[in-house]
Amino acid sequence: MTALIALFWRDLRRAWGSGALWLPVLFFLLVATAFPFAVGPDAPLLRRAGGGMVWVAALLAALLPIDRLVRPDREAGVLDQLAVRGFADEVIAAVKIAAHAIGFGLPLMLALFPASALLAQDTERVGLLATGIAIAIPALASLAVLSASLTANHKGGSAIGGLLVLPLAVPMLIFGAGMLDPSGRGAIKLLAATSLLLTVIGPFAAGAAMRGLRE
Amino acid sequence: MTELLRLDNVACIRGDRLLFENLSFALSRGDALWLRGPNGAGKSSLIRLAAGLLRPAAGTVERRERIALIDEAAALDTELSLRRALDFWARVDTVDGHAVDRAMDEMGLSPLAEVPMSMLSTGQRKRAAMVRVIASGAPIWLLDEPANGMDDAALVQLVAAVARHRANGGAVMLASHFALGIPDLAELDIGARA
Repeated sequence: MTALIALFWRDLRRAWGSGALWLPVLFFLLVATAFPFAVGPDAPLLRRAGGGMVWVAALLAALLPIDRLVRPDREAGVLDQLAVRGFADEVIAAVKIAAHAIGFGLPLMLALFPASALLAQDTERVGLLATGIAIAIPALASLAVLSASLTANHKGGSAIGGLLVLPLAVPMLIFGAGMLDPSGRGAIKLLAATSLLLTVIGPFAAGAAMRGLRE
Repeated sequence: MTELLRLDNVACIRGDRLLFENLSFALSRGDALWLRGPNGAGKSSLIRLAAGLLRPAAGTVERRERIALIDEAAALDTELSLRRALDFWARVDTVDGHAVDRAMDEMGLSPLAEVPMSMLSTGQRKRAAMVRVIASGAPIWLLDEPANGMDDAALVQLVAAVARHRANGGAVMLASHFALGIPDLAELDIGARA
C-alpha cells in the first residue's frame, strides 16, 4: 500500500511539476474565451450553446496530456521495474487513472467557474455543469490513461490517441450536455452510469495495453 | 543450496527469429552466472525472461524470491536529485532510508546525493541503478551490462557489492560482453549455442 501511495504522489508531482498543471486549464479557458468571439455577443445563443462547448473543452483538456502519462515511464524503464516487483499492470493503471483524475480534475473544476461566466451560463446551469463534469472526471481520466497506454509505443501518439477514445467519450458528451436541458434532467443518471462503466473498464483495458508494451 | 531461480528448456523468439532454445540452468544461493555472447545473441532477452518481463516461447521459468533488475534504462526520475529519485524506489520496495544510505556508500555516490539526476554521467547513472538494486534487499540480482560506462573505481565497487551479496546468500546473473573480474563465476555462452 505504501508503494501505491508513493506511486500516486510521484504521478501527481510529475503532473503538477514544472507548471504543467496549468496547461489543460489554460487550454480550457482559451476555448471558453475564443467561443464568444466566434459566435458573437448574442447572450441567449451563447447560453444555449456554451454549455455544450464547456463539455467539448473539458474532454479535449483531459486528452491534452496523454503524451506524458505512460510513454515517459515506459522509456525510462519505470514500468518494467514495477512489473519486476510484481505489481499487476491493472493496479498501476488504476493508480495512474486516480492521479490523472486528481491532477487534471481539480484544476479543471476550478477553471469551470470563470469559463462558465465567459459563456454567459446562469447559476443553475453552472451548478449542473459542475455536477456533470465532476461525475465525468474519473471516466475522462480513465480514457486518457487508456489511450496513453495504447499509443505509448508511437511517437506523437496523442493525435491517434484522441481519435481512439473519442467514440467512447461521445455518450458522456450527449448525456452531460443533455442534462443542461430542462426536459432532460434524467440524463444525469445515464451520465453517471456511463462514467461508472468507463471508470471500471479503464484499469483493465489500460493494464492489458501496458502488458502488451513489453512484448 | 536452495534454488532461487530455475529455467527449464527455455526458448526465446523475438520478431520471427529464434534466439535460443533448450536452455536450462538454476541459480542457488551464493551462485553467480555470467551470460556472454556476441551482440544480438539474446543476453538481454534472457535477463528479461528471467525477470518475468518476457514470456518464454517454450519451457518454464521459476522464481522463488524477489528480483532486482538493472537494464539499459535507469528508471530514475531525471527532474529529481539522486537521493530523492532513489528514495522513491526505497518507498516502493518498503525499505528504510538507511538501506539507501549504506548502498550509496558502497557505490561511492554519497557525495552526489543532492545532484540532479539529469547532471549525472552514464557511469554514475549505472552506479545509481546499482544502489537501487543493493538497497532493495532482493535475493536475486539480474544485471544487464551493469558496468557500462563505469570507471575502474566503480568497477571495483561493483565487484565488491556482488561478492557481499553472494556471501549473504544472494544469487547474481549478469550479462556483460567482458569479464568483470568476479571470482568463482559460472559461464553461459549464448552465442556458442546458436
